[in-house]
Amino acid sequence: MGIFESILLTIATAATPLLIAAIGELVVERSGVLNLGVEGMMVMGAVCGFAGASLAGSPWIGLLAGVAAGAVFSQLFAVLTLSIATNQVATGLSLTLLGLGLSGMIGEPFVGEAGEKLPSLFIPGLSELPLVGRLVFGQDPIFYLSVILALVTAWFLFRTRAGLTLRSIGDNPASAHALGIAVIRYRYLAVLFGGACAGLAGAHLSLVYTPQWVENMTAGRGWIALALVVFASWRPARVAAGAYLFGGVTIGQLHAQALGFGIPSQLLSALPYLATVVVLVMMSRNKRLMMVNTPASLGRPFVPER
Amino acid sequence: MRIELEKRASPSQAYALLSPVIALALTLVAGAILFAALGKDPAHALYVLFIGPLTEIWSLHELAVKAAPLIMIGVGLSVCYRCNNWNIGAEGQLVIGAITGSIIPVLFNDWHSPLVLPLMLVMGMIGGALYAAIPAFLKAQTNTNEILTSLMLVYVAQLFLDWMVRGPWRDPEGFNFPVTRQFQDEAILPELLDSGRANLGIVFAILAAFAIWFMMRYTLKGFEIKVIGASERAGRFAGFSRKGMIWFSMMLSGALAGLAGICEVSGVINKLQPEISPGYGFTAIIVAFLGRLNPLGVIVAGLVLGLTYLGGEGAQIELNISDKVVRVFQGMLLFFVLACDTLSIYRVRLSLARAAREA
Amino acid sequence: MKKMIISLAVALAASTAAVSAQAADKTKACFVYIGPKTDGGWTQAHDVGRQYVEKELGDKVETQYVENVPEGPDAARAIERLARSGCSIVFTTSFGYMDPTLQVAKKFPKVKFEHATGFKTAPNVTTYNSRFYEGRYIIGQIAAKMSKTGVAGYIASVPIPEVVMGINAFEQGAKSVNPNFKMKVVWVNTWHDAGKEADAAKALIDQGVDILTQHTDSAAPMQIAEERGIHAFGQAFDQIKAGPKAQLTAIMDTWGPYYVKRIKAVMDGTWKGGESSWDGLKDGILTMAPYTNMPDDVKKMAEDTEAKIKSGELHPFTGPINKQDGSAWLKAGEKADDGTLLGMNFYVEGVDDKLPK
Repeated sequence: MGIFESILLTIATAATPLLIAAIGELVVERSGVLNLGVEGMMVMGAVCGFAGASLAGSPWIGLLAGVAAGAVFSQLFAVLTLSIATNQVATGLSLTLLGLGLSGMIGEPFVGEAGEKLPSLFIPGLSELPLVGRLVFGQDPIFYLSVILALVTAWFLFRTRAGLTLRSIGDNPASAHALGIAVIRYRYLAVLFGGACAGLAGAHLSLVYTPQWVENMTAGRGWIALALVVFASWRPARVAAGAYLFGGVTIGQLHAQALGFGIPSQLLSALPYLATVVVLVMMSRNKRLMMVNTPASLGRPFVPER
Repeated sequence: MRIELEKRASPSQAYALLSPVIALALTLVAGAILFAALGKDPAHALYVLFIGPLTEIWSLHELAVKAAPLIMIGVGLSVCYRCNNWNIGAEGQLVIGAITGSIIPVLFNDWHSPLVLPLMLVMGMIGGALYAAIPAFLKAQTNTNEILTSLMLVYVAQLFLDWMVRGPWRDPEGFNFPVTRQFQDEAILPELLDSGRANLGIVFAILAAFAIWFMMRYTLKGFEIKVIGASERAGRFAGFSRKGMIWFSMMLSGALAGLAGICEVSGVINKLQPEISPGYGFTAIIVAFLGRLNPLGVIVAGLVLGLTYLGGEGAQIELNISDKVVRVFQGMLLFFVLACDTLSIYRVRLSLARAAREA
Repeated sequence: MKKMIISLAVALAASTAAVSAQAADKTKACFVYIGPKTDGGWTQAHDVGRQYVEKELGDKVETQYVENVPEGPDAARAIERLARSGCSIVFTTSFGYMDPTLQVAKKFPKVKFEHATGFKTAPNVTTYNSRFYEGRYIIGQIAAKMSKTGVAGYIASVPIPEVVMGINAFEQGAKSVNPNFKMKVVWVNTWHDAGKEADAAKALIDQGVDILTQHTDSAAPMQIAEERGIHAFGQAFDQIKAGPKAQLTAIMDTWGPYYVKRIKAVMDGTWKGGESSWDGLKDGILTMAPYTNMPDDVKKMAEDTEAKIKSGELHPFTGPINKQDGSAWLKAGEKADDGTLLGMNFYVEGVDDKLPK
């Protein structure tokens, strides 16, 4: 395996959880809901994924447990913001705080346990192709899921009737409601999907990325996923590009250090965050682009009038 | 069964007053269940968490030390959130305020003058305000989402502090450990009483809360904030500047976060080090909401939350409860407050009959 | 309802007071931790030490701890709380607790305090530390023997003297075996972020290192080493479970015997303040995990070195040693003094990295 290929593999692993969580949040935001609880749902997915794998003895069960945990946890947010119309920003933040605490509690018996890694796919022949072999045919199953998720989400949002409905709800829930669309139900489903994705992303961390449970192991990745959604101006393809760009900067700075460039390591560690700010600004400057894609009702509670 | 909301004609005053009480009661009940589930005596656990810290003088002092930065920052954030500017980067503004405020004691360690401390406080506020001006500028001029930029800047600020104390500002006599030199006596925020550690910070915090309460209630600026917060369109018709409000609210909250930063460094730590805040900037977000975005409410909220931290430590020692339990507890408290708050705006109905029609 | 809770609580408080009076004849030893006690690294090693104390001293001792205490303003309060709760001796186990420990110690002259890894003492405060660098010298030698590419990767946390000293010791050990041995250093600026540590491990491996060592807390680099089929050294803990084929050995922090010794000193009244203790391999405060996954001759070399360090025959920093820029540091035969080591802020010759300033 050449250095180029293995760097790409590392970047893919770093980008996968970001991509999955961001795709989930993208759908949520397209429906007009802003869930800042991604970090919390992700860390719940990570702990339940690990716990599930450890208790059931199978990382596949762990994967399911992680997805389920994210989905269930997201419903706490959904009930509050959708059914009783609480402030979405505050509720999302609380979800993150609660998730960080709760996951620490659940995870206590599992700290220090060596986990079982989700096996990678390996197709004899294809996986040994030069350059792209391992990249395309020899990765962990969640990597493929992330690609499928991005593609299906893009197709769903822009090629199906339900996707159109979801976007129209995000733009104008009142008129969607007037047309007889069950706004709240759509939003519930979107939040559920977002939670499941965040849970999956968390499970990737504790089952593939570093198969172990460590308190706060998401270490801010949920927030990066949130930034990516805006960065991508709510387009799935751009979310994917952004996730890989961010993964690239993260891994690239480590390589720059190992090569001995002699730049302060704090500056290099700050690079991914600065890069996110810069790109956010560049994206946001383009008003037309933002206007077309931004869900107009993002973050505003909607209460159906009777 | 489904939940239905019906908007009240005007927010219920009774509920506005009652809802925090209901929320607290619900949290106590849920907490009792949680502790019982963990095999601890719920009444004793709640006593250790909420009452134990209030029974000793020294721990009352500690409560003031802990609550001061939370109140200071929380009050600033409450203004921000009232007009829909979601500054969640107060932690970064705190760090930068601590750095700019420390310029004098670090670089001019031999300057002994009563001017040192006031200058430090002012410089800390300026630093925090300027750092908050970055997301404000980006939001006002380029329409960039301030939630994300302010958050990203937190990480940048922390790494900058780390670099400063390991590099340019490292104490030349400190065996190369990552700390700056100890501040001179004139740079240290005086303690209030001999009986404990509480310092002037809590006084600043309460003054700030009252000043902002006054502003919100009796000045045109306060009115402007409320109008823009309620409806941006209404604000525009009234001739209020949306951009001006972004600048004002972000920089105000930044300045208060910066003040909290320099007060922590000057009053408690007495030097700069890589870690100066246990996440006060983030906890203050909870404080702001717990106080229902009301400056006086924030004082109470800051004290309550500070109490849970102190009690949490007590619980670790006395009951062997891990500190995660306390964080879960705080999360629950916030959820109940949010949920109960809705009751003052909406009437909630559970209906079984109408489910069929809409489905 | 509220009234009921309060009255209940008061009754309970009275009953707990009775309990603590009963336990007064026990010596109470308390610990302040920077991280969760199950962090799989630094803090857990201290907590294992605490459990060792309970096992060794049985019902003559009572232990207590507070975990996750940040190094900021909260530290002094946590320490004071322990001092007030009747602790005879308080161990504060992170560098950043130095000044808070001294502050509280001033207020409680009767309570004894021991601060790990610091350099300030007082009449009732001592410091204690472990000569981790002795272990790092040994693993440097092993690395130079075992590496095929001749390059090792070093995942470093934050550039404090402790970490710099470790890098230098590793380099000294490696150079003693293979003068051309190279080392790549990556600073992750955190003690504990499994993902970042894993990323750093992968980046280093991709750049051609075939031996990993770390001065961070999680077992993630060991897992990556296992997965990629290279070797690595465990940190603070025996990480053989994470890398059954990868781990060569581990530098294990073994605080237990030291804690027992000091608590016994408190019990029989021989404890003295103002001292600094810096024990090493010979005192058992650090131990090497079994040497595994290596040929017998390498194992023999490692064991010999360990024995020589224990007997005092070998000091990892014995001249001639130049600084990285080629200027002389130690003359031939000269041994580094403890003061320089504890404040180390320069690399020795041969380290292929620029020290973050």
